[in-house]
Amino acid sequence: MSRFHGNTQPPAGSVLEQLLAKYVDYMDSLRRESFLDDQFTQLLKLQDENNPDFVGEVVSLFFQDSERLIGNMGTALGKKSVDYKQVDADVHQLKGSSSSIGAVRIKNVCVFFRNLCEAKNLEGCYRCLHEVTQECVVLKNKLNTLFMLQKQIVAAGGSIPVD
Amino acid sequence: METSFYSPRHELFPAGLRVLVVDDDPTWLKILEKMLRKCSYEVTTCGLAREALKLLRERKDGYDIVISDVNMPDMDGFKLLEHVGLEMDLPVIMMSVDGETSRVMKGVQHGACDYLLKPIRMKELRNIWQHVLRKKMHDGRDTDSLEVIDGLQLQMAGSRSDHHFFSGEDIWAGKKRKEAEAKHDDKWFTDLGSTTKKARVAWSVDLHQKFVQAVNQIGFEKVGPKRILDLMNIPWLTRENVASHLQKYRLYLSRLQKDDLKTDFGGMMKHPDTASPDPPLMTGEDISRGNLGFSGNGLSMSANSKGHETHVKGILQGPRVEPKGLFTGENPDKQESMDMKIAIRQSSMPSSGPEEGRIVFDCSVPDHSPQSVNSKLQPAEGGAKFIETTEQPLYADSRCSTHVTVNPMKPQSSNTVGGPGMDNNMSHCQDFQPIPPYPPSMQSQSFGSISMPQYDSQVGWLQQDLQISELQGHIDPCIVAEGPIHVYDALRFDYEQFVDPYECPIFDHGLFIA
Repeated sequence: MSRFHGNTQPPAGSVLEQLLAKYVDYMDSLRRESFLDDQFTQLLKLQDENNPDFVGEVVSLFFQDSERLIGNMGTALGKKSVDYKQVDADVHQLKGSSSSIGAVRIKNVCVFFRNLCEAKNLEGCYRCLHEVTQECVVLKNKLNTLFMLQKQIVAAGGSIPVD
Repeated sequence: METSFYSPRHELFPAGLRVLVVDDDPTWLKILEKMLRKCSYEVTTCGLAREALKLLRERKDGYDIVISDVNMPDMDGFKLLEHVGLEMDLPVIMMSVDGETSRVMKGVQHGACDYLLKPIRMKELRNIWQHVLRKKMHDGRDTDSLEVIDGLQLQMAGSRSDHHFFSGEDIWAGKKRKEAEAKHDDKWFTDLGSTTKKARVAWSVDLHQKFVQAVNQIGFEKVGPKRILDLMNIPWLTRENVASHLQKYRLYLSRLQKDDLKTDFGGMMKHPDTASPDPPLMTGEDISRGNLGFSGNGLSMSANSKGHETHVKGILQGPRVEPKGLFTGENPDKQESMDMKIAIRQSSMPSSGPEEGRIVFDCSVPDHSPQSVNSKLQPAEGGAKFIETTEQPLYADSRCSTHVTVNPMKPQSSNTVGGPGMDNNMSHCQDFQPIPPYPPSMQSQSFGSISMPQYDSQVGWLQQDLQISELQGHIDPCIVAEGPIHVYDALRFDYEQFVDPYECPIFDHGLFIA
């Protein structure tokens, strides 16, 4: 069955089968809800025995960087005379960064955010900042869940499905 | 001079292609490195354009191709492109998340041999070797291309069945056909027999200097490759080499002219105005944020945690009012302009003694409602720890321009975000609690801290005192970000709470799926 994606068919009803099914469903839902797109799958494909935690590392880097950028945006927006260009530059950065792991929702907020920067809409910018912070938090949690599932699959003797 | 391109490696071409990747985004850098390694390329990564140039200059023939992002903090990607073109004559591929035609066009005009859009797929990277080949053939013109073709031939004719080499073969075969059909059939075949090699010219700084001198001597208007060549008096240099270099140089100069009229001066003029009316003061907030960023000199600003030290160090180079070397007068990216700003400010501001700073800072503490204290200071730890705990993104790092002015005390009443206005924003923020489907536990974590942060602010301030006095020694505490606290400061904290769980997942809220 293709849903097992590279795993030899596990015994029916086995823990592994259940885990795999759960994983695939979860992944599907993340994609459907635009949390992640195909880029994330590309990253999974890049992962190999030499670098078994590649995706985890990349994701970590992303969150570190995004936190930094969000902090910068905050500072910039809080100034008496807001430098929208600076904020825009940071949003642009974040947008690029989010595209690296396939974080679609974050990227979308960035697109919207940039428009608000251009319009110099302070309140709108704050809203976006809030939203993007939010999205990061949510995504982090989702990924935590995903990674945990992956660990469980591997522990049960399976391999991580990659479409 | 035989370029190392034609050494043993060429038999395995394109495997072993030496790629230099430049991107300030650490996530992309890591991904690209992995992808390129999977293509069997030899990869060197770089987070800063300046560093990349340094590497390129140090190992003249050390790389075959450069891939660079367009947006970088320390130097515009296009600028880097120009330099690489002028000095090293390597093919450069630009990357960006922005695919706007005007940008792409700019890239091409500046000499980029390709412009990739992020997210970049591996298959796009597999083909980059064509640019190397193309350039070699174009530059070499006679025997070089032959060497290249020979090398390729060896490898293509070989039993390699890897699909990516296969696709290369098609391209090469196409080229060969075109070449053969071209007018110079005879010449081409004659060259086959020749063994003289033509060096790829590496325009070293010295060589470029000679070139520039020659150009200046002749007079830019009247300049022509032949005349430059004569003046330079370098026996092995050909008219073609000079001609192509001249073309690039012209591009470079025209860009300089444009930039000179632009931002730097305009941008800098602002600062004396904004800065002057107010005395340079540091607020508690700034300190709490570890606004040590204004750095000037020698601050070990760890403020910007770990990976981002490079940004900070850039600022720390002291007031570089004269940007160095070829970057003179060019559009300063934030870093340079920050330094200049600092320099200006330092000269124009009266120094406020430590006491002043201290005073303000002391007063400011009680003014802030607990909510406004933004740093999650770990109490009772040494100075170093203080810095570490502000691992949250600090506001005053190199990316922030210093609109700094100062007088952060005042704006609190007038500023929409700080002081009294704060509460409005807080509730405002809470209105956004938009996200329904997520488990309540998360929600409370997200917003809970807005209402009840616990910070041992008192102890924290103490440490900051120490920090300030250290700082006073270095610079006038005049470069300071604006006071007010921000909504997302609080948000940031919750965010931080998630950092650890991520590192060592606890999952007390369990799996989201049923």
